[in-house]
Amino acid sequence: MRLIRPGDVAVFTLAALTCGLVVWACWTQSPARSLSIRQGGTLWREVSLLHNARYTVPGPLGDTVVRVKDGRARIESDPSPRQYCVGQGWLTHAGQSAICLPNATSITLEGARAYDSLSF
Amino acid sequence: MTVSVSERLTLAARPLDRQVASLSALAIVLVLIDAALPTPLPGVKPGLANIVTLLALYRLGFAAAVWVSLLRVLGAALLMGSMLTPGFFLSLAGALASLMLLAPASRLPRRLFGPVSLSLIAAYGHIGGQLLLARLWLIPSDGILYFVPAFALAALITGTVNGLLAARLLWRWPSTPH
Repeated sequence: MRLIRPGDVAVFTLAALTCGLVVWACWTQSPARSLSIRQGGTLWREVSLLHNARYTVPGPLGDTVVRVKDGRARIESDPSPRQYCVGQGWLTHAGQSAICLPNATSITLEGARAYDSLSF
Repeated sequence: MTVSVSERLTLAARPLDRQVASLSALAIVLVLIDAALPTPLPGVKPGLANIVTLLALYRLGFAAAVWVSLLRVLGAALLMGSMLTPGFFLSLAGALASLMLLAPASRLPRRLFGPVSLSLIAAYGHIGGQLLLARLWLIPSDGILYFVPAFALAALITGTVNGLLAARLLWRWPSTPH
């Protein structure tokens, strides 16, 4: 009986790939810490992602409802005709954003992002 | 017939029962050795007792492996005084998840998939079951995700090493009819 069989190599490779995947997913993706809500180009409010809440942002067409839940955020409803920002669903990682155009409302997840350059 | 205190009631132990009992005892000793080893992160352990579960699976069948695995969880909890503590439920969840994966995995063709495959599958089952229970019950926050890669890397190493040890022991312990 051989100690290592062909299938074992395949299972090991699969397990190693799973490891690589979780390292990438859990350690290199910086988690978002807060949410910036902008209305008409100016910062309306910056809110924490730690508290589940619903924010109603008044805009030219009506109210845009932003939902924060379990460290994620999404546009829950918006008076825009095509509903692109609502269809975008939950935003989870720093740097992601959703923009509701006719109503001029946008949300962006902020977090520890990598620097483009550093000088001393 | 009336039951009398003078009448002796004996349970006959079959040879298989004795083998399951001695393998469980061996597994419990290995859990105690595991617990004595210092680890960098709570929960990262060599999992030496899984070698015994694999031996039971290969030589005595899946039902015996279930017995050995669950008796080990129970016996180790009694000896370490961790009965019904979170640690006990974590190890029970790990053992159950790993048995659930081993059930289909043990039907894989033996010629292609050896103890190393089963050991890796069992190791991932262990961390999977434990992390799931920890996420749902003990630490209901996604902060636990930060530790997942460490557990996955540990499972990769311990699963492979334990699998090789099990393969070596099985090679030394020829298959006997029971």
